[in-house]
Amino acid sequence: MKKINHRTRIVILTVMMTVLLVAVYALGAMIPDRAVAGSFLNASKPPSWEHPFGTDALGRDLLMRTLKGLAVSMTIGLCASLISAGIAVLVGIGAAIGSSHVDGVINWLIDLVMGVPHTVLVILISFAMGRGLKGLLIGIAATHWCSLARLIRGEVLQLRSQQYVAISRKLGKSGGWILVHHLLPHLIPQFFVGLILMFPHAILHEASVSFLGFGLSPEEPAIGIILSESMRYLSTGMWWSAVLPGLTLVLLVLLMDQIGEYLRKILDPYTAQE
Amino acid sequence: MIKACIRVLSLLFAVSVISFLLVSASPIDPVQQYINGLGTAVSPQQRAEIEDYWGVNEPPIQRYFSWLGELLHGNLGESAIYRRPVGEIIGERFVNSLALMFCAWVLAGVIGFSLGCVMGMFQDKWADRILKKICYILSSVPTFWLGLMFLLVFSVWLKWFPIGFSSPIGVLDEDVTFGQKLYHLILPAFTLSLMSFANIALHTRQKLVDVLHSEYVLFARARGEGRRTILLRHGLRNILFPALTLQFASFAELFGGSVMAENVFSYPGLGSAVAAAGLNSDVPLLLGVTLFSALFVCVGNMIANLLYGVVDPQVREVVE
Repeated sequence: MKKINHRTRIVILTVMMTVLLVAVYALGAMIPDRAVAGSFLNASKPPSWEHPFGTDALGRDLLMRTLKGLAVSMTIGLCASLISAGIAVLVGIGAAIGSSHVDGVINWLIDLVMGVPHTVLVILISFAMGRGLKGLLIGIAATHWCSLARLIRGEVLQLRSQQYVAISRKLGKSGGWILVHHLLPHLIPQFFVGLILMFPHAILHEASVSFLGFGLSPEEPAIGIILSESMRYLSTGMWWSAVLPGLTLVLLVLLMDQIGEYLRKILDPYTAQE
Repeated sequence: MIKACIRVLSLLFAVSVISFLLVSASPIDPVQQYINGLGTAVSPQQRAEIEDYWGVNEPPIQRYFSWLGELLHGNLGESAIYRRPVGEIIGERFVNSLALMFCAWVLAGVIGFSLGCVMGMFQDKWADRILKKICYILSSVPTFWLGLMFLLVFSVWLKWFPIGFSSPIGVLDEDVTFGQKLYHLILPAFTLSLMSFANIALHTRQKLVDVLHSEYVLFARARGEGRRTILLRHGLRNILFPALTLQFASFAELFGGSVMAENVFSYPGLGSAVAAAGLNSDVPLLLGVTLFSALFVCVGNMIANLLYGVVDPQVREVVE
């Protein structure tokens, strides 16, 4: 058998994991509403072959609800991290190439967002938007850009002191040209890795805030809502409704984290050849 | 020093402005929520009186300054759900939260630091690899789910711990003993510390690995010092204070985690207060807790900065 080197193996693993992730998403998004309709005849059933995750107190199949909830969470997480990563890039570049005043203001802004616990800030923003999907999305997008912005700022500052940038400037290239041709290509891997590592965080935050009762309405099959419902039936012995959906969420988050790590390895020139 | 103070004050001021703006932008009508909370029918005239008394129809800027003025006099307003001054509620709940967060903080610090030392000493051996996996997995687990699992295992199945609250049900506040409070605190504090020790452990591990690869450790080993002496003489001295600094800088995550833990365990602290305030549109309480949490995080960051100066001579010289 032909020997597969480390890099190829990681690439294959990453592709497989991504396919799995997309499959979970597609599955969740395609489940019709009919599948999560409840029937009181089989309420509060423990896991069986027919219902692998059991059913909840209203007789809804928990596997279907979990998958559907995960798809909703992933949509929110993806949108929020895209917005957040976009903000991070703009703010990071702005801080690094703007004047020292701009840098000071942006650092102050980052300190401000980091100065309020994220959960509290998301609650506040969700309250301001009258709860619901929009508030959740904006809240999560507004709180996750800080660390990536700092990273990009550092990166750009370092790039700007490189000789080829100095030469480019001496050759009379404008700031915009240097930004597009010298700085942005370096930031693309940072951006994607940052985005993918932000994604699981956004999903965890979404689940937490939905669990508290902000965000999605109780009829929606969001993962946080399933778990907050399960809390009410915990003492009656319905363990499956708390354990299995949560476990699925954790596995999904671990999967995404791993994809992010692998992508970093592949894209980062320092480790790409290992 | 003065610069740092100005920075903190400007941040707190900005937090107050932004949170006030956010709350005023909310489409949820606090007056209606207040009236719902009263439980009695209210005539339009009475409603107008309430609106007048609250100043709902004044422009936001004027409202903000009257709120800020009262705030500077120590008056945070009255909570709509508890019908008591917000300052009083925050004070009372903060004691509970502080007990929880302090226990979790110390526990996370001690566990994280010692595990970090173990991982650093046995770099790339099986102990290191297993512990590292555990740390990574724990940072992917949502706090509330871990809390739920603990509730399920320890309270529902094993019946070792109560389901929630900071004191037994049916016992008056004055009669609750310290032991009972502690007993109700264990599970939430344990959950919270498990959520935050991974960070400190991984950080300590990295620092210790760096130290062990340094030339002075090589020299110490050449002199014949054992692993234990190296850790005690060279390792701890270099990694203890950075770890402590990091612990102080993590107050924001600690507070965020305690919001989740308190809600799972129905623990009456600031975290459950802020969720209740948000859900029941209790604007004064929501604003009060937000400001307070910002203050809390600021204090942590300030201590971290000061410690940084004490520990690192390079930073100290720059400051001077």
